[in-house]
Amino acid sequence: MNAVGKTVPRKEALGKVTGAAKYNDDTREPGTLHVKMVTSTCSHGFIKSIDVSRAWAVPGVRAVVTGDYLPVLCGSVVVDHPPIALGKVRYFGEPVAIVVADTEQLAQQAAYLVNVEYEPLPVVRTISQAMEEGAPLVHENLESYKKEIKDVYPIANTNIIDHIKIRKGDMEKGWAECDVVVEGKYIMPKSDHIAMETRNVKVKIEPTGKVHISSSTQSPYAIKNELSKTFGLDEGDVIVTAPLIGGAFGGKAPVHLENIAYIASRAVGGRPVRLANTREEDIMVSPCKIGVEAKVKLGATKDGILKAAELTYLVDAGAYADTAPRMAKTIASNGTGPYNIENLWCDSICLYTNNPYSTSFRGFGNTSYTFCIERTLDKLANALNISPFDLRLKNAISPSHTSPTQVKITHSNTGDLAKCIYRLNELINLQEDLRVEVAKNKVIAKGMSCFWKTSASPTDAVSGAILTFNKDGSINLICGAVEMGSGVKTALAQILAEKMNMEVDNIHVQMQVNTESSPKHWKTVASMTTFMAGRAVISAAEDAIKQLRSIAAVVMRCDPSLLEVGGSKVYMKNDPDNYIEFKDIIQGYKYQDGNAFGGQIIGRGTYIMENLTILDPETGKGKMGPAWTVGAQAIEVEYNTREHTYKILRAATVLDAGRVINPKTAKGIIMGGMSMGLGLGSREHFIYGDHGGILNSSLRTYKVMRFGEQPDYLVDFIETPSINGPYGARGFGEHGILGIPAALANALTRASQVELDQVPIYPELIWKTKMGGYHDSI
Amino acid sequence: MIPFDFEYYRPETISQAIDLFHSLAKQGKQPMYYAGGTEIISMARANSIYTGGVIDIKGILECNEFGYRGTKLVIGSAVTLTNISESNLFPILGMTVARIADHTIQGKITLGGNIAGTIIYREAALPLLIADSQVVIAGFNGTRQVPFSQVFDGRIKLEEGELIVRFIIDSKYTTLPFFHRKITKIDKIDYPLITVVALKKDERILVGFSGLCNHPFRSIEMEDCLNDKSIPREERIKNAISCIPAPIQQDIHGSGEYRRFVLENTLMDVLEM
Amino acid sequence: MIELRDIGSIELDINGEKRKVTIRAAETLLHTLREQLGLTGAKPGCENGDCGACTVLVDGWPIKSCLMLTIEAVGHSITTLEGLNNVPMQKAFLENFGFQCGYCTSGFIMVCHALATIHPGADNDTMADWLQSNICRCTSYEEIQNAVKRVLGKDD
Repeated sequence: MNAVGKTVPRKEALGKVTGAAKYNDDTREPGTLHVKMVTSTCSHGFIKSIDVSRAWAVPGVRAVVTGDYLPVLCGSVVVDHPPIALGKVRYFGEPVAIVVADTEQLAQQAAYLVNVEYEPLPVVRTISQAMEEGAPLVHENLESYKKEIKDVYPIANTNIIDHIKIRKGDMEKGWAECDVVVEGKYIMPKSDHIAMETRNVKVKIEPTGKVHISSSTQSPYAIKNELSKTFGLDEGDVIVTAPLIGGAFGGKAPVHLENIAYIASRAVGGRPVRLANTREEDIMVSPCKIGVEAKVKLGATKDGILKAAELTYLVDAGAYADTAPRMAKTIASNGTGPYNIENLWCDSICLYTNNPYSTSFRGFGNTSYTFCIERTLDKLANALNISPFDLRLKNAISPSHTSPTQVKITHSNTGDLAKCIYRLNELINLQEDLRVEVAKNKVIAKGMSCFWKTSASPTDAVSGAILTFNKDGSINLICGAVEMGSGVKTALAQILAEKMNMEVDNIHVQMQVNTESSPKHWKTVASMTTFMAGRAVISAAEDAIKQLRSIAAVVMRCDPSLLEVGGSKVYMKNDPDNYIEFKDIIQGYKYQDGNAFGGQIIGRGTYIMENLTILDPETGKGKMGPAWTVGAQAIEVEYNTREHTYKILRAATVLDAGRVINPKTAKGIIMGGMSMGLGLGSREHFIYGDHGGILNSSLRTYKVMRFGEQPDYLVDFIETPSINGPYGARGFGEHGILGIPAALANALTRASQVELDQVPIYPELIWKTKMGGYHDSI
Repeated sequence: MIPFDFEYYRPETISQAIDLFHSLAKQGKQPMYYAGGTEIISMARANSIYTGGVIDIKGILECNEFGYRGTKLVIGSAVTLTNISESNLFPILGMTVARIADHTIQGKITLGGNIAGTIIYREAALPLLIADSQVVIAGFNGTRQVPFSQVFDGRIKLEEGELIVRFIIDSKYTTLPFFHRKITKIDKIDYPLITVVALKKDERILVGFSGLCNHPFRSIEMEDCLNDKSIPREERIKNAISCIPAPIQQDIHGSGEYRRFVLENTLMDVLEM
Repeated sequence: MIELRDIGSIELDINGEKRKVTIRAAETLLHTLREQLGLTGAKPGCENGDCGACTVLVDGWPIKSCLMLTIEAVGHSITTLEGLNNVPMQKAFLENFGFQCGYCTSGFIMVCHALATIHPGADNDTMADWLQSNICRCTSYEEIQNAVKRVLGKDD
């Protein structure tokens, strides 16, 4: 049947082009009340008083709630975060009160009338301020916080949430072997996810205690788990549904508005409430991408063989930890990029500041170190007088090498980077014409980058799938993975169709996830959904096939081993014309006289992460993810040497996908990631005002790529199977973004002939750098 | 979602509109004339403005007039930017307004709205300023026609309750050689770092700027410098920059120094006209 | 003169049907479509006119419904994605994978459909001008460009 490897349209496509597709805020229970937040206008300060009397006076207001109504702390790594500020605020935009009212308009009117007085505290704005001796503490009682995971090590009386160390090889020996050493300092600021659907949630609490949450979330099971823990609820009483999601990019992985909306519903006796971010709230209140500053020192022999690296990555978590420490860990344990470096000293320090707090963002930190390493490699190539292409090829990670955390590299667990680099060269020629003056004031230049990424899930992350059957022989596929645009439900249907040897059209997917009826899938994150849920689907299919064969064997009076499944039939291997159709057995087989047996077929499959370990706190030794996905990317720009403006002409990616399940969807996902990477590289960043708030908090001023700014995209795949992946597939949902800011910076550095070591790179930055006004905060 | 309520009126005549304004004002309703409404809606949503009554002028015939009356091009204040750019009756204006906001919104923003708005760029004013246009303003005491430059000093100076009815441009300006460039931080759809609009009339360059200072302007002094053919171009530009009439804008779109750099480059191109 | 004091009933012409709604004068068309008429194809993405997810057609021209008062729509005909009946642009988006999460799709299809109707011979610059009014965060825009070019008969 070959369902895997074929382009098929998304299962939900028709709904999306007709307006019939329903997202979370498209449906509403009658009688729903509306929640609006009052948010902090102070970056760091004690709350002196909150006057809610004028808000209460607005007719239609049903509750005005402050942090002390239900004083709890949340957090999936460090439990440090009150859903509504308690005593103090730690970032501009932090919720300090909520209003629940009959209409959104009344809730907003009342919210404007809540008067909060602050006693300002010194603000920790930058990473260097956070690191300073005697710096103001964002969290004074860091040591008192509960930790949700074992391997995070906050340091009391500092702003350090975690410090991950990677120690590999012998540094002294490594540096001694180097003929050339280069260093660089880099900055990647905080920025936002900008999913087109802003985060929103609906909550109601039944008199029985059942809590119903419907959310635009990537993590329905995490909501269930975290809410029950935070508020002392029975897990079975928390029922979470996640319909189609309007983009997420990691921003909908954490539990955030759900806590606030739960408190709101509690405050009005469990009545249904809705809380939907405005765009400005989505940017300022809800979590964003981490900021990173780094120092990189790389050494190599004169032949260009990397021998030693000393890396310092400083991660700006912002006001609360959320998953920033996990990203700091990812950065540490992959922080060399996909290159063999035997002697490595890497520190990754995760810090609190008074900036908006961070959460997972497409790439999970991998984009940050990739930028730093790849920029440094270009500097090294210059110093060595070797082509950037050759330098990368010479050092590309490959079997027999070990990763920074000392995992043995194989083609199965890493893929084939060299092949990706060679193929990239065929697409965009990186061996010649790296910088060409094509006209007066006009230069065309190219830059490249490689990348790798594995996941950073808990070591026991699970997925599951359930299959039920319809009388027409079709199958219902139920799993907990959320459809947020990646086409995962369709990919899973293809995997199932392949395994069941039937048409994809005959697979029905349950689009909406419901934690009450869909088996748990850890989170739809980490580019691991096709991998994990795909494995669960295969195992469910195997389970169903076993049942189908054993019932058919009785009816067909043969041994089950003689039977095969395909085309919604069970047939004799040696005589396919001798078969029984699914419809006759999937809900039990009935003999002529009415006797029945067999019952209905329900396929059940599970998957749990295999052989992952936590990292050794002193050396970082350990296995963080199941497999890397590697790739190589390049950007070509046309640069105006007079104005310092530029146009991105071409962008190329070659990635080792293991096995491509749905080619057109796969290409689209990679291109989408590349587009977002171009945004990070060229325009996306938060700009803070003197008051500490974000100045570009609307889509008027926070710029993302628009139509017409896109380059020509060149995308291709290498297929080196991952033994553990479903049909050899690896995860790559995030990967298109990873090397793009670096490749863009490398291209623009080459074009402008000035070192561009921070993003976003907009014309003024190039001009300023040329004028010597480069601002460096390390 | 606009958090407060207001009354909405769509009068059909100027006098209805003006009477309404005064009676609403008398009731303390802080009325506003409303045309495209894009700025009023977005600022009201953000609670940055308040009004108890909006008077939509799109139903007024005179405000929708668009076309030639003899040798004069007449553009009503409620004519949308899309109409202006699609018609191409005044190419420099068409080009300028086609770079305000984005194409879809240009179908809503009106010429009068862009000029009377609070957003500091008001780029549509530039072609009108350099084309020596006239503006017709209606008020409680009747209607007056004045040179646009006389009532536009970065923003339009209207008396309480006054309403822009139409702009009048002499047709001789509509066929002059022109220059338009809007330079942004990086995106095409963005507020300008600077927008420069110029016409060449009888060998003299007429030029207007937006984004350079905190208001759009035409400066005769700068024009004089740029047109001083007795000195080299670099000198002319230097002199022009030295008489920019207000501090150079410095904001999230760019620094003052960078705006100056961009201006220098752009003026070089203006002088190529 | 049309007037509406705070709240009142009006009649709208939507997708070829006359619909009576009770609205606030300060209510946006986006709000009325979604909250009162169940036409949730138009999406809020910014409510500030920046993203285009709420784009609908008013007398055939694209308008961001977050920046239009409902009362302004009286006397005009409104078309939402739900009112398009298998127009070529819908098929082209489907076949060219012109979306991923689908949230911006409604607005994009409306602006693209209007372009193909008003300027069937649109060149690349006109296409860019029109489509720059909307933001898609999932795709690279190339897919959307392919869809539009297909309908304009300009695909390679």
